[in-house]
Amino acid sequence: MTEQLKFRNLTLGYDRHPAVHHLDGAVRKGSLTAVIGPNGAGKSTLFKGVVGAIKPLAGRIERNGVRPQDIAYLPQVAEIDRSFPIGVYDMVAMGLWRGKGLFGGIGRRDRDTVEGALAAVGLTGFEQRPIGTLSGGQMQRMLFARLLLQDARVIVLDEPFNAIDTKTCADLLLLVRRWHSEQRTVLAAMHDMELVKANFPESLLLAREPVAWGATADVLTPENMLKARRMCEAFDEQAQACVVAA
Amino acid sequence: MLYDTFIAPFAEFEFMRRALVGTFALALGAPPIGVFLMLRRMSLIGDAMAHAILPGAAIGFMVAGLSLFAMAGGGLIAGLIVALGAGLISRSTRIKEDASLAAFFLISLALGVTIVSVKGSNVDLLHFLFGSVLAMDDPTLMLIAGIASVSLLVLALIWRPLVLECVDPGFLRSVSRAGGPAHIAFLALVVMNLVGGFQALGTLLAVGIMMLPAVISRFWARDITGMIGMAIGSAAVSGYAGLLVSYHLNLPSGPGIILVAGALYAVSVVAGPVGGLIWLALPQRHLEA
Repeated sequence: MTEQLKFRNLTLGYDRHPAVHHLDGAVRKGSLTAVIGPNGAGKSTLFKGVVGAIKPLAGRIERNGVRPQDIAYLPQVAEIDRSFPIGVYDMVAMGLWRGKGLFGGIGRRDRDTVEGALAAVGLTGFEQRPIGTLSGGQMQRMLFARLLLQDARVIVLDEPFNAIDTKTCADLLLLVRRWHSEQRTVLAAMHDMELVKANFPESLLLAREPVAWGATADVLTPENMLKARRMCEAFDEQAQACVVAA
Repeated sequence: MLYDTFIAPFAEFEFMRRALVGTFALALGAPPIGVFLMLRRMSLIGDAMAHAILPGAAIGFMVAGLSLFAMAGGGLIAGLIVALGAGLISRSTRIKEDASLAAFFLISLALGVTIVSVKGSNVDLLHFLFGSVLAMDDPTLMLIAGIASVSLLVLALIWRPLVLECVDPGFLRSVSRAGGPAHIAFLALVVMNLVGGFQALGTLLAVGIMMLPAVISRFWARDITGMIGMAIGSAAVSGYAGLLVSYHLNLPSGPGIILVAGALYAVSVVAGPVGGLIWLALPQRHLEA
């Protein structure tokens, strides 16, 4: 059993309009895949489907024994209330939720784990800082520390490196590579093709329909990119019911 | 002299002691709830819910007269119906939760005042609207203390999902299904504490001992634990000082308590160490790093 996620004729979308249309294929266990494509191509929608936040319009997703709540998910726009009076340490410690639940105590060893995660993202010394005082890059580092603590087999990152400087980006990419070496399955939506070529062995090019999926070098060809760019973003309000066999 | 001013009223009169115990119990239960309401930008929801309790309490009054448990039970049921009803309507129609709550509580208020007026006297109506903190009997004190205990316990139980739902609801949804139940338990706590406060301060002012201390605490503490401590402390101080002021100046006690809280609020806005106005106005040299 080498497949972690399997998409079977998967269609995801909103108000019956597909945003991801007839996706078939599998994500291997321990693979590191970049999901690329223009804005509106369905990258975020696919991720929301993977973590169970939206239900498929048709087809299905097989997760091979991983429950949706066991997948660590970094949304593109986190709904974080930055004015809430909470510190970096507590925010990161929430990553322990799966092991601790509502009542589990945070012991000496857990505190070491939290400190370790903060050190790994370079936020040592930020423990007591209110989250409202963090810069965009520090915020992203904090969220990565929380992902580290979640210790998940499957990790889904929606545009994790947008508006992030080169240094932070390089630091966080180290974590992504570490997850890869630990045989975790990682999916990341990406826009920077140089980063994809340098760091991601596999890619899925989406433009509502899957355009290409496989080794990054085979996917990122000029023909494929052109094809992806021709995708029409708007929903057709007069669209008929899709007749492709389910 | 000091003794006469600050202690004698309570040493001499039993009704003052009872009032003090009652307000302290209220000060333990309601302000932490208020802190969460404020942090979730639901400060005015408490006000709306307080009005929503009225018809239930009034129906209890109609059925059983000035019976504590009929009125508290009725208030509790009415409050929960409005809270859940407003939530349900906002989820099934295009109306937002605050709008449907506004509709519900206005209907409730009109209904409640009508019922009390038809059945009782103006004195009863005043009791409903402003409470009677100086006339609390044993069962009332037990009810208020019980509500305070339950709400502190429940708050401890739902603490994590409640905090997480305020800061990062998306993350909570992705790791747990505890968010929905915690939200409902929280709304129930709001209603319960308003029913408790209703006995002492009436439907119009019950929300005062919940929200004013919460808003005050924002000016004194940076993290949520400190805020809750400050809120409880300022509510207790308001209760004590309010009773004293009302005793010495012969003013109504409920409004006295809330007015003292109001005065503390004014002081906090001006001088509170976290974002108080004078600190903003005073030019302070910025730090080196």
